Amino acid sequence: MYEFEFARPETVADALQALGEEDAQALGGGQTLIPTLKQRLAMPTTLVSLGGIAEIKGVCQTDDGKLAIGGGTTHADVAAGASAYPALAALAGQIGDPAVRNRGTIGGSLANNDPAACYPAAALASGATIVTNAREIAADDYFQGMFTTALEEGEIITEVRFPVPEAANYQKFLQPASRFAMVGVFVAKFADGVRVAVTGASEEGVFRWTEAEAALSANFSADAITGLSVAEDGMIGDIHGTKAYRAHLVGVMTKRAVTAAG
Amino acid sequence: MPKDIDAKESGIGAATKRREDIRFLTGTGNYTDDINVNGQAYVHFLRSDVAHGRITSLDTSAAAAMPGVLRVFTGADFEGIGGLPCGWQVTDRFGEVMQEPAHPVLAQGKVRHVGDPIAAVVAESAELARDAAEAIELEIDELPAVIDMKAALQDGAPKVHDDLTSNLCYDWGFVEENKEAVAKAFDAAAHVTTLELVNNRLVANPMEPRVAVGDFNRATGESTLYTTSQNPHVIRLLMGAFVLGIPEHKLRVVAPDVGGGFGSKIFHYAEEAFCTFAAKALNRAVKWTSSRSEAFMSDAHGRDHVTKIELALDADNNFTALRTETYANMGAYLSTFAPSVPTWLHGTLMAGNYKTPLIYVNVKAVFTNTVPVDAYRGAGRPEATFQLERVIDKAARELDVDPIALRRQNFVTEFPYATPVAVEYDTGDYVATMDKLEEIADVAGFAARRAESEKSGKLRGLGVNCYIEACGIAPSNLVGQLGARAGLYESATVRVNATGGIVVMTGSHSHGQGHETSFPQVISEMIGIPEDMVEIEHGDTNNAPMGMGTYGSRSLAVGGSAMVRATEKIINKAKKIAAHLMEAADADIELKDGKFSVAGTDKSVAWGDVTLAAYVPHNYPLEEIEPGLEETAFYDPANFTYPAGAYACEVEVDPDTGKVTIERFAAADDFGNVVNPMIVDGQVHGGLGQGIGQALLEGCVYDEDGQLLSASFMDYAMPRADDVPFYQVDHSCQTPCTHNPLGVKGCGEAGAIGSPPAVVNAVVDALRSAGKNVTHIDMPLTPARVWAAMQG
Amino acid sequence: MTKVSMTVNGRPMSGEVEGRTLLVSFLRDQQGLTGTHVGCDTSQCGACVVHVDGKAVKSCTMLALEAEGAEVATIEGQAAPDGTLNAIQAAFQEHHGLQCGFCTPGMVMSAAALLKENPKPSEGEIRHYLEGNLCRCTGYHNIVKAIMAASGQDVTSIAAE
Repeated sequence: MYEFEFARPETVADALQALGEEDAQALGGGQTLIPTLKQRLAMPTTLVSLGGIAEIKGVCQTDDGKLAIGGGTTHADVAAGASAYPALAALAGQIGDPAVRNRGTIGGSLANNDPAACYPAAALASGATIVTNAREIAADDYFQGMFTTALEEGEIITEVRFPVPEAANYQKFLQPASRFAMVGVFVAKFADGVRVAVTGASEEGVFRWTEAEAALSANFSADAITGLSVAEDGMIGDIHGTKAYRAHLVGVMTKRAVTAAG
Repeated sequence: MPKDIDAKESGIGAATKRREDIRFLTGTGNYTDDINVNGQAYVHFLRSDVAHGRITSLDTSAAAAMPGVLRVFTGADFEGIGGLPCGWQVTDRFGEVMQEPAHPVLAQGKVRHVGDPIAAVVAESAELARDAAEAIELEIDELPAVIDMKAALQDGAPKVHDDLTSNLCYDWGFVEENKEAVAKAFDAAAHVTTLELVNNRLVANPMEPRVAVGDFNRATGESTLYTTSQNPHVIRLLMGAFVLGIPEHKLRVVAPDVGGGFGSKIFHYAEEAFCTFAAKALNRAVKWTSSRSEAFMSDAHGRDHVTKIELALDADNNFTALRTETYANMGAYLSTFAPSVPTWLHGTLMAGNYKTPLIYVNVKAVFTNTVPVDAYRGAGRPEATFQLERVIDKAARELDVDPIALRRQNFVTEFPYATPVAVEYDTGDYVATMDKLEEIADVAGFAARRAESEKSGKLRGLGVNCYIEACGIAPSNLVGQLGARAGLYESATVRVNATGGIVVMTGSHSHGQGHETSFPQVISEMIGIPEDMVEIEHGDTNNAPMGMGTYGSRSLAVGGSAMVRATEKIINKAKKIAAHLMEAADADIELKDGKFSVAGTDKSVAWGDVTLAAYVPHNYPLEEIEPGLEETAFYDPANFTYPAGAYACEVEVDPDTGKVTIERFAAADDFGNVVNPMIVDGQVHGGLGQGIGQALLEGCVYDEDGQLLSASFMDYAMPRADDVPFYQVDHSCQTPCTHNPLGVKGCGEAGAIGSPPAVVNAVVDALRSAGKNVTHIDMPLTPARVWAAMQG
Repeated sequence: MTKVSMTVNGRPMSGEVEGRTLLVSFLRDQQGLTGTHVGCDTSQCGACVVHVDGKAVKSCTMLALEAEGAEVATIEGQAAPDGTLNAIQAAFQEHHGLQCGFCTPGMVMSAAALLKENPKPSEGEIRHYLEGNLCRCTGYHNIVKAIMAASGQDVTSIAAE
């Protein structure tokens, strides 16, 4: 790692001030950023830990029935605390490994937007709202391609608000080495329709499979997907699987998610 | 199995709990990275990020001026100093010796693989050294890289080494004189089965990355190297004599607790030589700790063979001949024992457990712009076993016969058996291990289990195979004829102290094998004293006699035999002392349960009385024997040992995703006599984990430009706890080795050798059960590959 | 350099660190607690697992300054003061759950975290929980068995006794 200054503010306001310095960078749980720093792929002058900010931690339900999760909440705390949204709790409980889940945070994951991360699929399929210190961003507007989001420099995710669907499920097919999602599909059935978000598969990062959404909104059963497929073009092809394989897995995982959601 | 564990409380055959565990379980082990020498500096290596290129400019002046930098070294500092030596010279099928390129410590003009070290920055901290390495101004004129072995042998292919005639290291034929007879047998065959396959390139990845700490004492002129090695004496000899020109008495090599090796810590590496050299140059200790990322591009890799194998059978399904053609990747340089792996450790095992009368093996070893390839757990024998057991399975499918029956029909059943590939199996019972396997794997119950799997939409397959290996490496006079530039004996000094306790200094090295526990069991058995009266010391060239170290499942068979021989000398001398004390004849003295007695009388003296007399020789036959009780023995084996066994794997394949799950795995091994069954089981478990890893998960992949795509655990899939099942292992079939004193054969590599074909055979079986005409899938059998095979 | 203070195995410890100093470096290099190991640089292998405020974390993926004021537990603090192994350590020895010993500290610390959450885990739960702990020696068989035994479950029927 390159040398950097370390700051650990206790309020969002102090964090924003610290992040206002040139080349300052926010540190969530560090489970992606610290390995990145070790490879010297980032060179912040100041690393602003969000780990000391109590006001952005925790899980609660909002008055309008949504599940609100503080941006600094760890995966382990979501897995344990999001019982109002079991599919989301289950997803959080499958991220990385137990030690990673004790440090990694939902805000950190969404801010990073790794194309194989799990949370983006949940946020997009749920139609979540990403709340920052400055504004509220709809998930549909938030994810802008691999490692790219609507966040401005120095903006902090303070909360993520999830509408709780009638039925939902996340199916993750593991990349054998990293155990990130080779393909992960989150299906969420709401009264007004079904949303399907796919992570791991696309060169553009998380995306909604609108064709499947339409079919499932009409008929929420695995059979509804039969015959549908995502285009191979634009899928990730690498040493773990070809584009064709990933496109195939999107269909398989979607069916399984629908079946499991019931 | 339950019957032999706990059968004895101590001595040979007892499942003694490991004493070394206490320090490992309490965080008080002493691994090389735990060693810090006062005033030590740290080195960071600048490594090539291209596979092949000419260094056109290398300016270290800015780096040298960075904070905390002591000195920046480049290849120029090593001009006139030896390169890293190769320990084995193979002679090709035309009688010519192999092409052997220079292997510099730091690049001399050219880089030949991603990770090739170019410069070394020594600084006050590791981070400062890395900071400064980024300030080195380096220009490389990139050259086309050769990655694919067959392409590397084409006329006009770019040459890895400009001074060699081609990228061919050697073209080896074995047994060359049999080539025509083999061809005739194929012409006469009733059936020929042919299979082309890849033995995937692997990275050993012991959990402890390599570390080296060089130190120099200006007052004594002695250099010390602390290193993560399986064989510190070998490192002392290779580095001292061939690289740095330091005589043994001025060079101490210490390999303390070592966190696994699996072959990758046999070899002498540039970083070891560098740290030793730089410590002297700077008069400061110099430490290098490899990161895992660095390990992927600097530890020797394993396997990487491309093979065509053909099996000829007569009309009665007897094997009549076998022929193979293998391309073996050497990487960019010859690692310490690389040339021996695809030849003498591979060709000599091609008979397997079968009485095939005619065999011809051809191996072309090829230089490519990749990390050097050398021995990895099994080394050559897994490659031999995989080809042979895959082609037999394919033949059984083609002939529509039971794969187990086809194997049984062709088993070697009479011993000793001289194979057509130059080795003689002293003993074995392949029928017995197959019988045992069928029992523990419940082969008879497979059909019912398959039906259950099919009910849940899964395809189930059963794969069975045999293996044989040559261990206890090796008779020195034989390997000398085969090109080894080393003897392969082992040594032990047994030092008995005045009050009866014993310290054994062994040239074997334990890096997980549990010698500190199992070796005392042998001495306890021989003398009849408690195991805890015996301590094992290893890993320090200043203590142990010259030994060749631990690899090739040789520690007990060779190192243990040396210890037995030295202990026999101790007992002989002790009996003389006892005879004197009891005023009896030497020949009448018996040793039992730690007590010397005179045959036919009730006279006896205790072990401790005799050892005390040896060191307090007041009443002692000084005119006949010297005081003291310390003996050394060197043991050179008469033959290899030949562990063998039969393995069975049951898999489920998810037809929607291609994902393979290992449902059951059974291993029936014949290791001869067993000293500690608990440790033997553990060795087999570990080998199975690695073999299943090779079969399903692990693959080291380069792109066509020579960039390493699987360069970290994010892309190189290591087996995890949920990738494997509980294993059913058995070693109750025991045909003791006939030529070593303990009758032991070696168990360290069996699991890794025997398991990959079982897994692949099982997956092919599963797919065929669904009507898929799949005859082979190359490892690793990732979900993507299995799914693709099912589409074709 | 910044001062960092924490409690390690019940003892207050402090030192001067850089921003980039990892928790594992603080423990190993400054405090001499070399039982915690580093086996990779991508947060995969788990040889570095320690507990921070009662939770298992990878100390190679946490800055020392992030542990300011924390209660840290490492392998060195697991046995009783007189050296008696705790139940997990004892089970690892009894069932040969370690060979080279390098992954062992992380395995023991992860197992301790598991048994705190789930006192009687099934084989499958143990295997899944160890997703972030790599072992290259044991093929995991005896590690899983040892953890089952440490949780008081009968392991006599497990294959290859």
